Formats: sequence, C-alpha cells, structure tokens
Amino acid sequence: MKSRRNFIKQTSAATLGALIGSRIVFGKNLPKDYVPVILQDGDPYAMFNKHKDMVVLNNKPWNIESAPHLLDDKITPNEKMFIRNNGLIPEKTDVNKWTLTIDGESVSKPKTYTLQELKTKFPQHTYQLTIECGGNGRKEFNPPAKGNQWEYGGVACAEWTGVRLADVLKDVGIKANAVYIGYYGADVHLTGNPEKVVISRGVPMNKAMEDETLIAFKMNGKEIPLAHGYPLRLVIGGWPASVSGKWLKRIAVRNIVHDGPKMEAPSYRVPCKPVAPGDKVKDEDMCIIESMPVKSLITYPKTGAMIDKGNALNIRGHAWAGDLEVAKMEYSIDFGATWKPCKLDKPANRLAWQHFSATVSFPEDGYYEVWARATDSAGESQPMVLPNWNPKGYLNNACHRIAVKVK
Amino acid sequence: MIDSNRQKILDEIQRHIKALTRGIYALVIGVATLIYYLLNPSILNVDVQSKESVVVAEAPLPEYENGIHLATGFKEGENLNLVIANCTSCHSAKMVTQNRATRDGWKTMIKWMQETQNLWELGESEPLILDYLAKYYAPEKAGRRQPLTDIDWYELED
Repeated sequence: MKSRRNFIKQTSAATLGALIGSRIVFGKNLPKDYVPVILQDGDPYAMFNKHKDMVVLNNKPWNIESAPHLLDDKITPNEKMFIRNNGLIPEKTDVNKWTLTIDGESVSKPKTYTLQELKTKFPQHTYQLTIECGGNGRKEFNPPAKGNQWEYGGVACAEWTGVRLADVLKDVGIKANAVYIGYYGADVHLTGNPEKVVISRGVPMNKAMEDETLIAFKMNGKEIPLAHGYPLRLVIGGWPASVSGKWLKRIAVRNIVHDGPKMEAPSYRVPCKPVAPGDKVKDEDMCIIESMPVKSLITYPKTGAMIDKGNALNIRGHAWAGDLEVAKMEYSIDFGATWKPCKLDKPANRLAWQHFSATVSFPEDGYYEVWARATDSAGESQPMVLPNWNPKGYLNNACHRIAVKVK
Repeated sequence: MIDSNRQKILDEIQRHIKALTRGIYALVIGVATLIYYLLNPSILNVDVQSKESVVVAEAPLPEYENGIHLATGFKEGENLNLVIANCTSCHSAKMVTQNRATRDGWKTMIKWMQETQNLWELGESEPLILDYLAKYYAPEKAGRRQPLTDIDWYELED
C-alpha cells in the first residue's frame, strides 16, 4: 500500500513536471495536494483543480473568482470555490511537524498543539459556512476602488470539519481581559521577506467563541486543498473571508483589538458614517467590517438564457445574511416595480447559505431581466442600486440580475 | 490415486517456480533501483532549481499585439519600461491592469505600498510612472448601476 502511494506521488510529480516543461524530483515528503512554489507561476486551473470558467483576477498573489452559474451546487466544491490570497502560498507544509500555538497577552500560559492532538483531544464538528470576500462586487463601484476587481464570485459555502476554537481556547485558559483573537498563517509576503507578516486578522471574543467558529482540517469531507489553507484553517462564517485565516500556525488572544497587518485602516474597513462617492476618509473615521450584509445570487439559469414564448422559467440560487438568517426572498421581472415571492429553504445550520427557487412566467416576448432580492431577519433588504460608496469598495450587496430573452 | 499424488507434486513444483520468479523479479527491480539511485543521487531531493537547466526552444514572440504588451498585458505606451521594472517585481501586472484611478489615486497606492509593502523610493521615475498610469488606466465614467453588457445569449434547454 505504502509503495503504491509513493508511486502515485511520483506520477503526480511527473505530471507536475510536464506542466512546467521540466523534470521535478520530489522527496518522499511531498505532501498530498502540495504545489511546489515553482508552480506558483504555472497553469492555475491544473494547479488548483479549478473549473475552466473560473476567472483569474491576479496571478501574484493568486486571486481567482467564481461566477454565479458556477455556484449552483448547494455545497460549493473546490473546483468552483474562489481563491483570495494576500501573499504567496507556503512552500513547506509538513503536516507531521505542523503545530498550532495559542498565545497572546490574554492566555494564562501559551500552549502548542500538534495536528494529531487537535484532532483527538477535542470533539469534531461539521458545518456549512458561507464565506464571502469583503471586496466581492468591488468591480461595480464608481469612482473605482483599488484592489482585485471582484464581480460576483468571491463567495462560497463549503462544508467544513474541525474543532471549535472555543473548546481549544477553554483548554488553554483565557484571561477575563481578552478582547480579540488574531491569527497568523504560514503564507509568505510578496517581497519574499520572511520577517513580514502577509495578513493577520481576527474577530472579537464573542464571535471567536461561537459554536460555528472552527479550526478546520477538512473541507467537503477531504483534506483542505492547499490554496484554501491546507492543513489547517480558521473558518468563521458570515464575516469577511479575510478573518478565516489559512495555513494556520498561531492564534494570539489579545487584550486589545488585534493590530496585525490588514486590521489597520483602510483594509477591511468602511467609513463609520456615510460619505459622498470619491470622498477622502481619514483613517480614524474608518470602522472594521464585522457581519457581512444580506445578499443573494441567481445561480440558474446562467445569464443570457433564451426561451420560447409561453414557457415558464425555473430559477434558483442562494441567499445569505452574515450573522443573521434570510427571512424573505423575492424576484422581479419589471426592474423592481413589482416583486413576487420565491420558495426559500431554512439554512442547513446557522451561517450556511439558504437555497431559493421560483417559477417565472413572462407576459410577452422581449428582453427581460430577472432580479433577485433577499431580506434578512432584521428586515434589511438588498438595494437595487449600489450601496453607499466606500474608499476600498467593500460590501457591495446590490441585487443580482440575469438577462432573459423570450422569443 | 497415483494421478492425484502426481498432480499434487506438480502443483507444488509450480508454486515454487512462481515464488522463485517473484523473487527474481523483486531482486532485479531492487538492483535496478539501487543502480539508478547511485547514478542519480538527487532523486530523493526536492530539486526546484532544475527548472533553470531546461532549455525550451521557442520562436521569438512579437512584443506587442493590438497595443498590448504580450508578456505583461500592459497597454503599450511611453514609460512602460519603467512601470514594468518598478511595478511587477513583487506583484503581477494584473494588480495594475484590473484597476482604474486618477493620478492622485495611483499616487496614493504607491505611497501605501512604500509605507506598508516595502516598495522602494521611485525618485525621478515616479512622475513618469504616474504619467503612464493616469493616462492608460484612468477611471471611466459610469452610473450607479450599468446596463448588463457582453451577454452571451444561448438557447435554454430544460
């Protein structure tokens, strides 16, 4: 069995070698799904096993987005899951030596766990968790906002398995003055400087201690793919995906709001008070994004569908609402003049996206847009126009729409 | 009875031959592997440098096509060499080409990269780089919500 596994490794090494037109000889330590750093310049679809319709926004660092019609699965498979990296994928992921350290001002005493200890010492839990990039939808903002120009596909809801961060923190022992947690990963800064932390973000203690906040080692029942944080990832649903730290090595329990790179303004912050489009906003007037706003996507059919007159159109998709639940889902074929209800499922668990469907009839032939609008349990709905402009182009939860032609 | 005994003996011999054959195979494979390893001792090392040693013969590519610099995707324009030299050593050209900003906006990004991302001082190249970025990657006028464009129409079969 063992030799067979080695043979498979050699085979994939040969395949990878073919990919870059060169022979790569791997040691016996080649971890499963490991992408050698040399291949970080290679074909992303093969390297990361992504669907051909995924869109590469950036190749250094790798940022790849999905599309509404690709997100039709109830649980997002790896092939259709967006990648958002701030730095370079770690070169060495030796799972046998991988450890997670919990430290910071507000732990009684720092403690380090091996992967095996995490897996055996604590009860395991599985949740479907919606994680959306804070900048999903940035492309539509005007004046344009700096950063990767995400359109719709910076969101996914996979099934994550791991242990509760709360269980681990209780085992370590947390002081009463704990305010925030901050993660540290094994990714490498774009400059290659090993001293520079790529990104280190976190959440307040109450979010950290929620049942659904996981230290995960499985995605959709398998080891987490390398690009998504193998072998260990913090997964925190409902908040900007940047709090779900990949390649997790360390969690600091802080007695202040965490101050790691990309916690500071303007990263993942929006103006505390509304501003006019294009305004300059002072750092001290920018507030940290917490729960993401209510949003939905029509995942079927793909935009551009042509149907015959008299035929009804079945539509479906998903809706999510940060820490809240989606209470109502509607569609409009007349640019919001009238709205009709969709069938809306309850979430599989808290912080999972919810599935909706409807059967749409059209009164006559012509060009239509089907718009979808979700309303959360606090009564807030998606706007039809862009929400208020912000300097970094975060939180665009404007209604999604598809074009339909009836002939 | 005799036949049956003879059959047993034959079976026994056959088993031994099979076992022997397997042993010989294993020995040959083992020796071959050992020889290969002795000749190529680097087989067990991660050898990422070997990329350098491979020469792929390629016809020279045209540098620009339809006003786009093929190697980077940048728009053809004056001072592009400075932009490539200073802006693509850490991140890819796509970080620039997918963004749009005014001269001030680009300057703010450069300042942010210098303050937080170890970008060096651009010196007298800075105004030239800003000239290029502000000219070729300027904001386009857009409303609060644009009409849907580039729709790829298809027959929906249900």
